[in-house]
Amino acid sequence: MKNKSQSSFSSKYWLIIISVVCVILLGIERFTDGGGPLRFIAGYTVIPMQEGISYVGRFMSDLSDNFETLDEMKKANEKLQSKVDELTTDNTRLRQEQYELERLRELYKLDENYSDYEKIGAHVIANNGSNWFATFTIDKGTLDGVKVDSNVLAGSGLVGIVTEVGPNYAQVRSIIDDASNVSAMMLSTSDTCMVRGDLELMSDGRLHFEKLPNNDNVVEPGEQVVTSHVSSRFLQGLFIGYVSDIDVDANNLTRSGYITPAVDFSKLQEVLVITTTKREMTGGEDTGEGE
Amino acid sequence: MKRKLITLLIILVCFLLESSVFHRLSFASVKPNLLIVVTSSFGFMRGKKEGMFVGFSAGLLADLFWGNALGFNMLLYAVIGYMNGSFKRMFYDDDVKLPIVLIGASELVYGLSTYACVYMLQGDFAFFSYLFGIILPELVYTILVTLILYQIILHINKKLEAEEQRSASKFV
Repeated sequence: MKNKSQSSFSSKYWLIIISVVCVILLGIERFTDGGGPLRFIAGYTVIPMQEGISYVGRFMSDLSDNFETLDEMKKANEKLQSKVDELTTDNTRLRQEQYELERLRELYKLDENYSDYEKIGAHVIANNGSNWFATFTIDKGTLDGVKVDSNVLAGSGLVGIVTEVGPNYAQVRSIIDDASNVSAMMLSTSDTCMVRGDLELMSDGRLHFEKLPNNDNVVEPGEQVVTSHVSSRFLQGLFIGYVSDIDVDANNLTRSGYITPAVDFSKLQEVLVITTTKREMTGGEDTGEGE
Repeated sequence: MKRKLITLLIILVCFLLESSVFHRLSFASVKPNLLIVVTSSFGFMRGKKEGMFVGFSAGLLADLFWGNALGFNMLLYAVIGYMNGSFKRMFYDDDVKLPIVLIGASELVYGLSTYACVYMLQGDFAFFSYLFGIILPELVYTILVTLILYQIILHINKKLEAEEQRSASKFV
């Protein structure tokens, strides 16, 4: 009997110790950023395992791709061929316009060219295991030039932003995460708005936008939305998605609605990381907590 | 020592599975919470102390890789492990009802406290959309997974216990 009461005392004792440790850790986290040594150790132990698992996963999906029939491949090839033709004509037209643009830029002495950022490819090696956040881990880190606030793309669209970086991995918060806010603009009218992730919309992969001025500029579903020139963390002109729904707010001053992103967030495998951050590009001025 | 290593291995495997395989197996973009199953079942199988430490390590992994504040999940999982530990006396190997009820309750506590501490404190009061969109689907899926995962954990635990008993009787 005595023995039993002793053991229950010691487990209570442990509970108190653990609670105090956790509360202290939460407090420390409040005042410093980054997890320090613990994250460092985790980066070298758990990340390689995640890399291994995702490698096996990729191998398996490659293997299943191999079983596609020749017929399907032929069809796909035909479709792609016609697409290539289409794009070639497009490309020549665009190139002509590019020359014209360059000439005009020289005239205006606009030396900033936003179209070609330096990018590196990365694999998504792990997703967030809880249902409350939409973050993922990639297999490139500081050693490859990834920094905190680097923008992440997949295909043609914006995926997210690096929030935490280790030597060989980086944590990316996708734009559909509840905590994500992106300063964006309508491509044709250049009106700025805020694109906000929402946990309720996360399951159908949509985004919410708000604070679009209710002016005379007509914005219709299908309008392209890109990152804005006033954003302090996102580079200008990265494609976010298409407007799918738009309504005037009750205050009659702003408009809000929904965006269908250009990226399918449920099937992310490879992403591109832009290694220059907006802060470096604007010369390291601290624009504050803007977003 | 062997028990500790194997326990740690179980936690790690569940953590890795959850962030890779179950992401693809998610229904309606909800995945089950394997770490709660592990924490809770070690709690009622082995008692308060072990449940607490399993919860602590599971929470540590979750915080380091999925969360945004180190310490929150650690505390939550440790308390859940401890709570489950107090049901050790009511636990019998062949009874599957108690484990399912306990794991379900732990999952509910986890969901509700995550909502309360992360979203409600931000001023987001759409409680029912979170309840029906995430907490309850996650609960159902977790219980489905429990039916399989719990049997595996139970089996491993039984083997370990038998081995410990054998080596204990050898030395006495």
